[in-house]
Amino acid sequence: MTRYVLGRIGQAALVLWAAYTATFAILYLLPSDPVALQLGANNIEVDSLTPEQREAAAARLGLDRPVWEQYLVMLGNALRGDFGVSFAKQVPVSDLLAQRLPGTVTLSVVAVALALVLGVAIAFTATLVPRGAVASLLRRLPAVGVSVPNFWIALLLIQIFAFILGWLPSMGDQGWQSYVLPAITMAIPTSAVLAQVLIRSFDDTLDEPYIATARAKGLTRYDVQVRHAFRNAALPTLTILGLLVGSTVTGSIVVETVFSRNGIGRLAQESVLQQDIPVVQAIVVLAAAAFVVVNLIVDLLYPLLDPRIAHTPKVSRA
Amino acid sequence: MTDVLEKPLTPAPSAPAPPTVGAPASAPRERARGPVATLLRRPGILVAVALVLFALVAAITPALLATHDPTATAPLERLLPPSPAHWFGTDELGRDLYSRVVHGSTLTIAATALAVGLALVSGLALGILSGFIGGGTDAVIMRIVDVLLAIPGLLLALAIVTALGFGTLPVAIAVGVGIIPGFARTTRAEVLRVKTLPYVEAARAGGASWTRILLTHVLPNSWGPVVVLAVLDFGAAILAVAALSFLGFGAAPPAAEWGTLISNGRNYLMTAPWVSLVPGLFVAAVVLSLNHLAKSIEEVQR
Repeated sequence: MTRYVLGRIGQAALVLWAAYTATFAILYLLPSDPVALQLGANNIEVDSLTPEQREAAAARLGLDRPVWEQYLVMLGNALRGDFGVSFAKQVPVSDLLAQRLPGTVTLSVVAVALALVLGVAIAFTATLVPRGAVASLLRRLPAVGVSVPNFWIALLLIQIFAFILGWLPSMGDQGWQSYVLPAITMAIPTSAVLAQVLIRSFDDTLDEPYIATARAKGLTRYDVQVRHAFRNAALPTLTILGLLVGSTVTGSIVVETVFSRNGIGRLAQESVLQQDIPVVQAIVVLAAAAFVVVNLIVDLLYPLLDPRIAHTPKVSRA
Repeated sequence: MTDVLEKPLTPAPSAPAPPTVGAPASAPRERARGPVATLLRRPGILVAVALVLFALVAAITPALLATHDPTATAPLERLLPPSPAHWFGTDELGRDLYSRVVHGSTLTIAATALAVGLALVSGLALGILSGFIGGGTDAVIMRIVDVLLAIPGLLLALAIVTALGFGTLPVAIAVGVGIIPGFARTTRAEVLRVKTLPYVEAARAGGASWTRILLTHVLPNSWGPVVVLAVLDFGAAILAVAALSFLGFGAAPPAAEWGTLISNGRNYLMTAPWVSLVPGLFVAAVVLSLNHLAKSIEEVQR
């Protein structure tokens, strides 16, 4: 068991390191010019500089050293929580993140919780009600949920609940009301994916002999699903929990932009527009870390929930 | 699953078979009534095929479907609601929104096709290398794929767009790279399955070279699920491309992309909601149709 836990933690750390390296490769090796971007962000015309001035600027930014050296220095700094200085805003990236993180984390937690409730409720009802109009509607709902652009859902919700009904604010982050619409927007695509997986899983589980036994004992369909089917049917969804958290968090980019919230997602959008490489890199690594940590927790919880797993270490997630 | 769901909302029209559905769907079992005929008995499929065909025709020859010049401004016809003259209404410059959506298809569908094509080709190549050669190559490729999977798709795309700059092509590449892992994994799984089948062994015993086996036996038999994935991912890729252009990383303003159109309408949401909502509904309908088709193809193939 200890070996399993240590193995999983080691693997998670390795994936995180690789994700950092991948973003470094994308951002610093692809044909972009960090020096020009950095100077451009400070309103300095790069073309007007003499080659000597340019080299001096590169030296000041540490961008004149060999790529591997830059990489090692940055990796070392990143491990200590230092992601460099934002090109556009000229403040340490870690300060920016610390300032923007709480809002996004709160929103994401609310959204993931909402997505879980919605997804489970839809899947549970869809498989519980007898085949008919309601069941077919519920079974088709998730397919619609994954097909609708989340920015469009956001605009639709704003139109209905903020402009027509006037119940909730359309922007900003004042009070709990301002969380409702963004959280619903983020939860819809996620809950749709969850419901799809869960419906399939329920269908499979309900075909098992032990369900027939439970029914034969005289339990109602509802009781059978709550007491017997749910725990087994829910196991496969656990493996995609990391994926769901990931998709919810990326949803924050669009959602925070539409609802004008000051979070990490909006910071990501602004930073890409300004080609602010250090900030983009830090956000990507942060998201990968969130994803890796959720997966790690799931992997560690899995043997507790499904004892069959404990002695056969899982190789990779589904 | 869907067969019980398909309650005929409208009496099933007996339209002639559009040739597009037939190509990927090939189930040898249903000989009496071909898979195409089975599919066409379901009205949902017909609507989906019609919508996807519409989007494709719009992408290839927008002039054929557009009712107005997408760039012609008409100051007196600003922000008109949908009407017989302007099916989707008009935008803040009096441009016909329907025509702008039709013309927007070109860039959006091209970017999506490029993204899926890139992912399909690289995914197939990686998957085949990985599954066919195995050993160390397999381990290295699959670890790279795992890492790509650990970075949420849209964020990976943002990183790539930051490095490459804005526009339709960078967006297409960014979205494409994000969906390579799925293709690589599916291909690898299929190659591993096919590789052990008796006919491959027979071909090997018959003295065929590995290259020959790969090209004539393994490849043709392993790309079925990959094609389904491509159709399925096409919808998701449209959403990703639209999201990136919605966020402002797509083509520059005068050009119309679906995401940009929806984004432009945000400023007029209170007074003229259709400027955003109608193009958005169109995008949603096209993606829903694609997903529905992909799912149906998958069902028929099984």
